[in-house]
This record gives sequence, structure tokens and C-alpha cells, in this order.
Amino acid sequence: MDMPAPSPAVLARKAQIVERLQGVLPATAVIHSESEVRAYECDALTAYKCPPLCAVLPSTTEEVAAALKICHDMGVPVVPRGSGTSLAGGALPTADCVILGTARLNAVIETNYEDRYIRVGSGRTNLSVTGAVEAMDFFYAPDPSSQLACAIAGNIAMNSGGAHCLKYGVTTNNLLGVKMVLMDGTVTEIGGAHLDAAGLDLLGLICGSEGQLGVVTEATLRILRKPEGARPVLMAFNDNEVAGACVADIIKAGVLPVAIEFMDRLCIETTENYAQAGYPDSEALLIVEVEGSDAEIDEQLALILDIARRHDPVELREAKDADEAARIWLGRKSAFGAIGQISDYMCLDGTIPVSSLPMVLRRIGELSEEYGLKVGNVFHAGDGNMHPLICYDANKPGDLELCEAMGAEILKLCVDAGGCLTGEHGVGIEKRDLMTHQFAPQDLEAQMAVKDVFDPLWLLNPAKVFPLDHSEPRRIAAE
Amino acid sequence: MLRAEQGDAVPPPRKARRPPEVFLTQRSDKMTLTTEHDVAEAVKHATGALRIKGGGTRDIGALVTGETLDVSGLRGISLYEPGALTLVAQAGTPVAEIEAALEAENQRLAFEPMDHRVLLGTDGTPTIGGVVAANVSGPRRIAVGACRDHMLGVRFVDGAGTIIKNGGRVMKNVTGYDLVKLLTGSYGTLGVLTEVSLKVLPRPETGATLVVHGLDVAAAVSAMSAALGSPFEVTGAAHADATYIRIEGFAASVSYRTKELSQLLTKFGEVEVLEGEAAGTLWDDLKNVTGLASLSGDIWRISVQPSAAPDMIAALPEGANVQLDWGGGLIWACVPEGSDIRPLPVAGHATLVRASEPTRRAVPVFEPQDQVLTTLTRGLRARFDPRGILNPGLMG
Ligand SMILES: Cc1cc2nc3c(=O)[nH]c(=O)nc-3n(C[C@H](O)[C@H](O)[C@H](O)COP(=O)(O)OP(=O)(O)OC[C@H]3O[C@@H](n4cnc5c(N)ncnc54)[C@H](O)[C@@H]3O)c2cc1C
Repeated sequence: MDMPAPSPAVLARKAQIVERLQGVLPATAVIHSESEVRAYECDALTAYKCPPLCAVLPSTTEEVAAALKICHDMGVPVVPRGSGTSLAGGALPTADCVILGTARLNAVIETNYEDRYIRVGSGRTNLSVTGAVEAMDFFYAPDPSSQLACAIAGNIAMNSGGAHCLKYGVTTNNLLGVKMVLMDGTVTEIGGAHLDAAGLDLLGLICGSEGQLGVVTEATLRILRKPEGARPVLMAFNDNEVAGACVADIIKAGVLPVAIEFMDRLCIETTENYAQAGYPDSEALLIVEVEGSDAEIDEQLALILDIARRHDPVELREAKDADEAARIWLGRKSAFGAIGQISDYMCLDGTIPVSSLPMVLRRIGELSEEYGLKVGNVFHAGDGNMHPLICYDANKPGDLELCEAMGAEILKLCVDAGGCLTGEHGVGIEKRDLMTHQFAPQDLEAQMAVKDVFDPLWLLNPAKVFPLDHSEPRRIAAE
Repeated sequence: MLRAEQGDAVPPPRKARRPPEVFLTQRSDKMTLTTEHDVAEAVKHATGALRIKGGGTRDIGALVTGETLDVSGLRGISLYEPGALTLVAQAGTPVAEIEAALEAENQRLAFEPMDHRVLLGTDGTPTIGGVVAANVSGPRRIAVGACRDHMLGVRFVDGAGTIIKNGGRVMKNVTGYDLVKLLTGSYGTLGVLTEVSLKVLPRPETGATLVVHGLDVAAAVSAMSAALGSPFEVTGAAHADATYIRIEGFAASVSYRTKELSQLLTKFGEVEVLEGEAAGTLWDDLKNVTGLASLSGDIWRISVQPSAAPDMIAALPEGANVQLDWGGGLIWACVPEGSDIRPLPVAGHATLVRASEPTRRAVPVFEPQDQVLTTLTRGLRARFDPRGILNPGLMG
């Protein structure tokens, strides 16, 4: 994965840059020693590492603005960072960049149950947003599996999803407003506690812009009352295709489960060995969860099980109590960890129309044979967001490259099937060079034109999202 | 319809206003555009301002003079997969055609786009492109999101005549910037929509409406907040001549939630329940703001946080009539002609949806924005429409 060569002029001025940043930030908020900046050298795409020039950890929007203004005036690239759990390399530094970490912007600023929103510092972790309103039986709906660690800042930048987004939507559907600092230090607010911000939908544009348009310092988020209860069922099938057809039938029947999760044989077997959830021996497994009162759950599950029975299941398993429900989820929740135990892996997240699920799974199987790399499939089936996990050996020379090549083929397959490169993890550096497979040059040009408006010098996270040769003229012109 | 607390007697109804002439001019020598390519050519070769028109039923915005670019000839549903909850249609496709196709599969546009014809006194055929361009939603917005939340993809022609696509037809997609949201609600000022791709949802088995009579605005907002803050999945909360709470779903579930919500709401007053068909056209009337349509005066649409609604309404000019939706977060106000209700006394924004031509020249239709957002907005317009020919000035 290429990154642009660091600017020698910026590298040469490290001492001055650090000194000026120290002038506007507390001493502990500017990290510049070679050993300490290493903590910021990568995100969760750990195959790529590069220590930044320095890192700053501002505690207020004003400090963010002051730091950005200095970087702007001195021509220093800035890479915003939440908790560094991006799987796409979104927070990967370059040697000439300042990492701007939001970890200290983590306060709960306001909660309002009557109007159902919470305002937080963007560095607050996803789970602790729900933590702040749980006592009142409210929750923040988007729930990425990384929710214990990932920050709202990263969620907004990536427009992250979660297991329950079939019903509740992803980050963009739950975001009401932001306070944001532009690269030149200008502070602005978009939206607020009311619905539908005025004017053009800039909020919708910021969400998912991968830290390239501005640094979000505060967010107003919609909170919801917790449902009375939730319960999963597990269904096992001897054919991927049949499981896929069952998903479509459930959706067509008018039940809207909160989650429909899918696992294939490799994932089932691996998680069985790892977590002993007691999953049936089968080709494909669905976990479907519904919400409501006990009686409502019974009613919905009866309908869902009826549909499943028509698809000749190997097994249908209901949860009689909380313990059994937890066991149904246990394997799914430990799937990534289980695969991680047996192998290094790369997690893709292309999305496809649900109707092409059987075809895409079949083709992934063929690619797995061709490349000689195992692939496990575990994903959000209700919305077609795949998570093929390609297993490789990081210590074997050439294996990572082989894995990346195969990953690229799978992602192109998703696009060709009518889907897209990434459903929730973002483009970052990982899928940057595949963008031309999904977008024509004028489509990319229109997106880059947006960045021109927000960040004319192309200093904010400049080497991400767009293929380097497409963004190069702009990055060079700005230097 | 409901009178603002400090207001006068209801003014006499008057004939619904016709849109100004310039909006109706249809040049007969103009070729009919039927494809995206036609639109691109027309924009590319345009020599002056263009006024983009779908069905012409949503005459909202500052006055635009220019040649009409009629996209109602781009028609048809190009893809509908009920099992994937997705529908793709050409921008000029009538909303009614889409709703009929969905109904056949027991699905619907869950964001419940309002029909502006009653309120604006327009005729014509509402198109899906118009819905998207104006981000039109209805009462269910509070539960399932606005039009923009159901948008999966767009194809559009920018001001230089270039065809651009963004998003796609799948439900989760974070590939590149979300221009789908940017284009939704941009009123044709960034591009001419040619194709839209939407998430659709199942139609529920049945529904029920709980009615509480005699609440003032503050009490109504409290009642609606209590309902919306409950776990009983309210899909509509409006206040006009009474306070209305809607729930939808499977029959047994609706009847259970009706019982629970009735109990919860008794502290606000006696609760009447309209089951199934009994609600009749109530929610359509609330959605289309039928209650205010026949009143003379300007119509404003104001978005605030629900608990700020009473203060907002108290500050409206004397003689105002209001209707609340979205649990109090959306205020429809009919005020005496020519009154400027800005600056708003509370956080939020207001749009002047219906007014005479002189008023629309004198009062900004859309909420004026601060310097930073104005600069960003201008910058985006300059990039997407360098010649400034797409509905110029419509959004201010
Ligand atoms: C085990 C695991 C499971 C995961 N599961 C899911 C899942 O279920 N669903 C899902 O969607 N994702 C998932 N992810 C991916 C990841 O957690 C999300 O992308 C998350 O939102 C990143 O948040 P972060 O705070 O760690 O951001 P970072 O990794 O720090 O940064 C992510 C991006 O946000 C930008 N950014 C950070 N802060 C700001 C700011 N203040 N202003 C502007 N831009 C900023 C960065 O520049 C970068 O481009 C998972 C990751 C892991 C490791």
C-alpha cells in the first residue's frame, strides 16, 4: 500500500512545529518523543505502520482550533484520530503528520430525555454514550462490535454500523448535530437538538467523510428508550443458498428483526472449537433477533420460525431464557476472536444486494480454492453487509500480498453484483485504490471537489479515500 | 388545525393560492426530455438559468426566473426487489406509481412523504424526484427517519452537464463521501436528479391511534414526549384539534401497546382509541397539513426541539394558527401575510413554505445561515454548478 513521501520541509521543521503547538496546548497534550509517538503508528489495520511527526491531545474545541490553525499556517498535514480501531487504515499516520487525538474530548455535555438526545465530546466511546443514559432505560442505537473502544468521532467519520442497524439505522441516521473545526481553525456548528438541520445536508456529508473535511469535537446524538425485551432464534441449514432465501422471505413477510446474522461452515466450526456455543453441524447458520414484550416476541418468532420451516432447516433453536439467548449469541460474538486464534486474517466488508448472496458466496468459495487461502463468512445478512475473513500467515513472505489480491477480487465481485466496496468500515487506505472500480472519474472528481471546499490545501487526512494518482494534483498544488 | 394560544379568531378561509405564473410557463417548442442523456445535453447547452421541474407540485423556495427544465419525462421503476427492500426509479416517476407498485408487495415508502398540493394549491403529479429534491417526509419521520434516511443512491447531472452517480442500491454503503444526502434536500441547486434509489419497508398489518382531547401545547408536547419516550414504538405524534399518537404493527402487538400507552397517557386526559380503519384519513390530513390549507396567510414550517415548541409558538405573531407534528419538533404555522417570524426565539430553523410573491421576495424562504456555513454552501454550489444556472437563488 503506497503512501505519499513525507514532505522534507515539514520533517525539517519538527522542532518549530512542536514548539508552536506547545504554545497553545498543555505540556502533556503534545507528544513528540520518538518512543511515545509510536503509540499512534497504526490503527486496527496493523499491517501498516508509520509513526507520526507528533501527536496532540486537545481537551477543548478551542484547543483543537488553535492546533489546527498552527498546522494550517505551517502546511502540516493532520490525521484526526478517535480510538484507532479503524479496520481500513483511516487513522494511519504519515511521517510528516500531526495526529490529532480526541480522547480527552470525552465529556457528557447535556442529556435530555424529554427531547431524546445527548450531547457529548466526540472522543467519548460508543458504549459509554449508552452508559450515560442507561440508568434512565435509554440507549444509543448504533452498536459496532468495537463499541467498548471506538469513539463517537470515529463512528461519525466512518458512518459506522452495528448488529442492530437493520432496525435502527447506522450513525448518520442517529446523528442530529456536530460542532466541528475546519482545517484553518474555523469553528462551526451544524444541526442541533432539532430534526433535519437547515440548508444543504452538510451533516449527512460530514458523516462518513473519514476525517477529511473537518475535526468533529462534539456530537448531538438521538437516544431511544430501550425495548422491553429482545430474544434471538438460531436456524441451521445445509445450504448457503437456502439460508439466503430464508432471509429474503423473512424480510418480505413484514417482520423487521433487529438483527439477522449469518455464519458459514468455517466460522461455525472454528467458533465451536473456540467458544463451545453448541452450534449444530451445518453449512449455514442464521441468528435472528426480535424485540418487544414477551408476547410480541412470541408472535414475531412464531412467524419467523414458520418461514424457516419451509426451508428445510437442519435445526431451529429457540431460547427459553436469558442464558440460552446468550449461548445463541456467544458463537457469533466470538467469531472474529475465534478466527484470530487460528490465523491472521483480513476482514472485508463489501455489501451486496441480498438477492446475490448465493452467487457471491459461491464465487468466494472458488476464489478461496484458487488462492489457496481459507475464507470464513460471518455477516449482517439482513442488509447484505458481508464480512469475509480471509486467513493468511503474516510471517510467510508474500502471503499478505496474496491475501490483499484476493480481497480486492472479492470486493470487485461485490461491486459487480450491484453492491459496494465497503458497508461500514470505510475506504481509508485499504480500499482507496479500488475506488475506480466502483466510481467513474467524474464521480470521484465530484467527491474531491467537496474536499476542495472544506479543506482547500488538502491537509486533513489527505492520503485516504481517493486513489493517490487521482488526489495527487490537488495534494501537490497545495504544497 | 389549532389556534395559537394568544391568537385571534380563525380568519376566514380563502381560495388556495395559485403559484406565480413564471412557475407554470411551459415552452411548447421545448423537446421532451426522456433520458438522463437528454438532461445532460440540455444542461450542457443551456445558455442561461434553468428552473428544474418534476411534477411542479412543490413550489417552495425563493422565486427563480429561467427556462423550465422539465424532467417529468424520465419515468419508470427500473428495479424493485421486495426481498432486499430496495426500489430504483427515474426521477420523474409519479409517486403514485411507486406507491402502487409497493402496495402490491405489501410495502411502502416508510417516511410517508407529504403531498403539498392541498397546502400550496398546486395541481400536477408529484414525482419521486421532487420528493427527494425537497427531502419531503411525513409524521413517521419521528420513528423511521426522513426521506434522506431512506435514500440509497442518486444519479444526477451537475451544472456543467456531467452525469454523476453516488451511493448505490444496497442498504449499507460508506464508499466515498455521501453525496446522496447532500443532493437530497438540495432543491435542484447542486444537480438535476435523474435516478433515485430508495429503501422501502414492509407495510404493517394494522394500526391504532390514541386521541387525547383538550390539551394545550405544553401539555400536548409532554404527552407526546411521554409516548415517544416509552418502549411502545410510536410512529406518529401530532397535535392539532386534539393530540394524536399512532402505533403500527401486528394485530396482537398493536392491541398490547394500545393498552399500555392508554394507561401511560391517562394522566394527561381521557384517552380515546381509534382502531384499524377508524382513523380514516386522519394521518393523511395531518401529513398534508389539510387543517391549515384553507386559511389565508403565510405558512411556515418550523423545526425545533419538542420542548421548545411552546416558547416558539408563543412568540408567533398574533393571529397565528398552528399544527404540531414529530412530537412537537415540527410546527406548521399559518401567520398573517407578510409577517417575518425570524429571528426565532429558540434554536432551530424555519422555512416559509407558502407566501405571496412579494413576501417571498422580501423574506428569506430558507433559514439564513451563519457566515461559515454560508461560505461552505456557496463553495459547494460553485463546484457543482460553476455557471450558477441550476435553480439559482432558490435556497437563498
Ligand atoms: C474488533 C473490531 C470490530 C469492529 N466492528 C465494527 C462494526 O461492527 N461496525 C463498524 O462499522 N465498524 C466496526 N469496526 C471498525 C471501527 O471500530 C469503526 O470504524 C470505528 O468507528 C472507528 O472508531 P475510532 O474511534 O476507533 O476511529 P479511528 O480508528 O481513530 O479513526 C477512524 C477514522 O475517523 C477519523 N476521525 C477520528 N476522529 C475524528 C474527528 N474528531 N473528526 C473527524 N474525523 C475523525 C480518522 O481520521 C479516521 O479516518 C470494528 C473494528 C474492530 C477492531
